[in-house]
Amino acid sequence: MSGLYWLPEAADWRDKLRGLGQIAAEPWEEAVALANTRLDFVQTNALDRVVAKLFGGAVPKGLSTKPVRLALLGSSTMAHLHPAIRIAGLRRGLWISIYENDYGQYWQELGDPASGLHQFKPTAILLALDAHHLAAGVGAHLTAADADHLFAETTARIRECWRLARENLRCPVIHQTALPVHAGLLGNNEHRLPGSRRDFIIRLNRELRAMADEAGVDLLALDDRVAADGVKLWHDPVLWHNGKQEISPVAAPLYGDLVGRLIGAKQGRSHKCLVLDLDNTVWGGVVGDDGLAGLILGQGSAAGEAFVAFQEYARDLSRRGVILAVCSKNDEANALEPFEQHPEMVLRRNDIASFVANWNDKPSNLRAIAEELNIGIDSLVFVDDNPFERNLVRENLPTVAVPEVSEDPATYAQTVADAGYFEGVSITEEDRVRSQQYQSNRERDQLKASATDLDFYLRGLEMRLTWRRFDQIGLQRTVQLINKTNQFNLTTRRYSEEDVLALIDDPRAFGLQLRLIDRFGDNGIIGIVIGRMSGDEELAIDTWLMSCRVLGRQVEPTTLNLVAGQAKRLGARRLVGDYLPTKKNGMVREHYPKLGFTLAEAHDDGSSRSVLDLATFVPASTFIEVTEG
Amino acid sequence: MAETDIYASLEPIFHDVFMRDDIKLTPSMTAKDIEGWDSFKQIEIILAVEGQYHIKFNTRELDSLLSVGDLVRVIASKV
Repeated sequence: MSGLYWLPEAADWRDKLRGLGQIAAEPWEEAVALANTRLDFVQTNALDRVVAKLFGGAVPKGLSTKPVRLALLGSSTMAHLHPAIRIAGLRRGLWISIYENDYGQYWQELGDPASGLHQFKPTAILLALDAHHLAAGVGAHLTAADADHLFAETTARIRECWRLARENLRCPVIHQTALPVHAGLLGNNEHRLPGSRRDFIIRLNRELRAMADEAGVDLLALDDRVAADGVKLWHDPVLWHNGKQEISPVAAPLYGDLVGRLIGAKQGRSHKCLVLDLDNTVWGGVVGDDGLAGLILGQGSAAGEAFVAFQEYARDLSRRGVILAVCSKNDEANALEPFEQHPEMVLRRNDIASFVANWNDKPSNLRAIAEELNIGIDSLVFVDDNPFERNLVRENLPTVAVPEVSEDPATYAQTVADAGYFEGVSITEEDRVRSQQYQSNRERDQLKASATDLDFYLRGLEMRLTWRRFDQIGLQRTVQLINKTNQFNLTTRRYSEEDVLALIDDPRAFGLQLRLIDRFGDNGIIGIVIGRMSGDEELAIDTWLMSCRVLGRQVEPTTLNLVAGQAKRLGARRLVGDYLPTKKNGMVREHYPKLGFTLAEAHDDGSSRSVLDLATFVPASTFIEVTEG
Repeated sequence: MAETDIYASLEPIFHDVFMRDDIKLTPSMTAKDIEGWDSFKQIEIILAVEGQYHIKFNTRELDSLLSVGDLVRVIASKV
């Protein structure tokens, strides 16, 4: 199995591609949809050319994601990889522009402030050093001491590249592990030959894991992909000798997607929720017809074991922070029965954050799930064995990821994994307790339903808002929220890791991360505020965003109390809050007026500026206790 | 497969790669004759041909491809 097999085949590919140039209405959405089909190398390049022509190489207007400027640094031919990286960005709604160093000059350009690399001002660097370059000088003639010496030199040089990238270009580094392309000399026990190029690369890849963690660098683990796909898919010696392409053009679409998902993950744009169909997806058979006893699940048959294995995979995903949901055409009681009574079920009702079983169409139900969980519809991945349902969802909800799974349940887990929907670069404590958080939400809702009076409900929640300045520990989550929050977001300004780091050091600005805890549990980081002094006496609220799942809990006025205090500390007498409208943030149009700000400016484009005089500001009293920590 | 049939089945590949439907292939045609036929496009053509005819060019064959006629001869020798 190779290429982007989880994406559906493009129907009428040629017509759609040629039509794309002529469609004026929503060219970006059309292009994103085409990028989400199973493109090979030639198709990827063709789409890339059409997209370049459509937008004239400029960032499309109204793009809601932060444009990416990727510097691709290496020592082999990589031009054939650019289109695949750009198209993989497009697949995720990202606009990626690419710079590649002059052939073989990556080292010089990193160190030279006048180089094209520095002028390009990258927002991310991908260091893609090829195996032949890395193993230069290694050979069977070496003694063990010589080989060790070369190894130490090579790792030191890589660390130096990372340092230069960080210090001179202030941007995050992705390092590509090396492809094991060298022919072995000794065989099974290759590691006993000190000068083996093959072993040198294997050893380097192993070392890179620890080095990268220590330096805060993310890896593009091509060696891991090669272990799964075979080196023949990734490297073609004929083309290496023909034009020094280390990565075969056949593998380019997959390579691009690996890069795209990593960049997406760093912007917090990975999917969040795995939505499962039930009959013939989670168990074999139809529970409504076959009954509990008739289901194929668990020991006794290969298919039954395969369904259990897929459930285990889903449960492991939830334990690393992916939300699980169910979307099934069934009577609810029938759908719940196996979860409650079947002894072989791995997934339990409590593992499922949103359980929707009814006879409505699946697109409507998926919308309901996203709404219930307060996440974007584009956060969903929907796995269904039924091709009809898959196509219906793709047609109605093009931003929901729907993997083209085969009929064999034994392949489901690998397909979901290969598609890279849930790519993550770190694992936070929040990820580990996420499913618990959704469980708590249900308990909160039950309290709300039973409480007749709102104040009674809020007091009963025993809420505590704890705040911290931006810091390294919370960095990933902060960046994720800044780049992913669309609805409760006053300005929708997107910032990278490096931007946030710069803010930590700025004495005339503050960044706050807000955590809400109540008697049902920890809601995690639910709010971000960035304030900057914009004059001697004025503090501009650059960013104010909040997770929608804590709406209606008095978090907004409590946050304002906190912001006002911070602003006064910096010497401000006024707060200035802007609202910049987007397609998705209409819910906060009246945010500042509701909090007592005075409207100062209102513009035709819907944007507005409001002001709050701190001298006369009286902090609102709420049911939330505020603590630092 | 006869060489004339190969020319007929090869043309759509060129149309897709160059996004032009007016390309007529002749044996003497070389990269100079089609605008934009650079080494990058050469690789696209090779991969598309390999995919369509289920063949694989070896190093010597790649080196021998100087014209459309060369390409057709190599394909004919393999299918």
